[in-house]
Amino acid sequence: MKHMTEEELIAYREGVAEQRAVISEHLAACEECGGEFERIEAVLAALDTLRVPEPGTDYGRRVWKEIAPRLAEKPGRWWQLWFEPRRLAAAGAIVALIVAAFIAGRFTKRLNPPDNIANKEQVRERILVVAVGEHLGHSERMLVELSNAAPNGPAQKEVNISAEQRRAEDLLQENRLYRQTALQEGDTGLASVLDELERVLLDVAHSPDEVTPAQLEAIQRKIEQRGILFKVRVVNKELQQRQDTREPAPAQDGSTKRERNKV
Amino acid sequence: MIRMQPSVESTQAIADSDAIAVERTLAGDRDAYRVLVERHSHNIFRLAYRMTGNRHDAEEVVQEAFLRGYQKLGQFAARSNFGTWVYRIAANYAIDRMRQRQKEEARREMPRTEDQDGMENDPLTRVKDEAPTPERLTQSVELRKQMEQALAALTESERTAFVMRHWEGCGIEEIAAVLKSSSNATKNTVFRAVQKLRHALQPLVETRAQARAMGTES
Repeated sequence: MKHMTEEELIAYREGVAEQRAVISEHLAACEECGGEFERIEAVLAALDTLRVPEPGTDYGRRVWKEIAPRLAEKPGRWWQLWFEPRRLAAAGAIVALIVAAFIAGRFTKRLNPPDNIANKEQVRERILVVAVGEHLGHSERMLVELSNAAPNGPAQKEVNISAEQRRAEDLLQENRLYRQTALQEGDTGLASVLDELERVLLDVAHSPDEVTPAQLEAIQRKIEQRGILFKVRVVNKELQQRQDTREPAPAQDGSTKRERNKV
Repeated sequence: MIRMQPSVESTQAIADSDAIAVERTLAGDRDAYRVLVERHSHNIFRLAYRMTGNRHDAEEVVQEAFLRGYQKLGQFAARSNFGTWVYRIAANYAIDRMRQRQKEEARREMPRTEDQDGMENDPLTRVKDEAPTPERLTQSVELRKQMEQALAALTESERTAFVMRHWEGCGIEEIAAVLKSSSNATKNTVFRAVQKLRHALQPLVETRAQARAMGTES
């Protein structure tokens, strides 16, 4: 008797076999293939016990709350996204930085030989460094405040962290933008720290407005265990040092990215 | 299959209602899109979680899928099913996210800790098992860990094909469209995924079954 191959049995189990009737008939008659099929079934049945966490009955509403401010008035017109107040503010800041970099470039041009003029890549990276530095500073302050938050006394049953929660929501949007930019720029070290920061911001943003002292302690423990404050400080300091040592701008050789990737 | 299959009537009713919501959104009624987001978020989250393996990335995938869906809604063909369409956007973004994640993991020097995967591992939110024996706890925790590792060891295509076929019950054509592959190649990818999972997990599953048979595990 010709036995079924593993491929045929898996295809049959997953409902993509072409000759279902033939395989079914064979399995009923062949003990060996039946046993093999049961072993495949057992592994898949074990995998089926992996649960997906329930995101909550209000999950759809929370998703809407997160994305609604980022939607244009009408869909399908990409350019409208650039006129959202938050994006306009970010664009304004970037324009201001470009102007500042241009003016700085004009001055350094007189002092330095032409081969030291910052190229486009340097300017872009400098903008990222300044913007991310500010973002990390804001994140650090919020996390420090949250880490130091405590109930006023043993009688207090709930602590209000709504201010930190709202700040975390705002920082979360910026963080995603910077993380994606860092990835595009190939700055994986920075992207990695921003990714870890994002997890913490997400937890804080999704916490209730008022938490019990035990819940607050759990959040604080999580911040501490991940060492996120330390990592944020290290990266921020490193960014500041890079910014300081770049005057006048040194020739770009990719070493800054490599150094940050070690963090 | 785990995916609950709704009746043909209710599927049609949802699709009709979705089509109306899409039309209203395109006409400028932004709140109509809210209906679509609230209706399909859970499905997309489940897919995203199974593909990415953690809540943090899954939530990002859900948000990004609806944002991209909104931006591209003008390209959405009215006769299509919005649920399937946004589901596909989510699957594509989840693949991108998994690739990014793999690159980050490869470069990250610090080892991942058990706690890094998000709220589901939070002691506050973890559901307590009823009176587990120490052996049962050890073995089930070990098995779960091994299963997560085996899933993480699959390539993005294999994991996508397995999740969409085995857990989500998607058709081969639908999976092939996401993987930008042919039907036959997609079937092969499903096979490879199951084969890898089997080889990684079968010894542990058999040990557990033997322990259960001998009564050392409840």
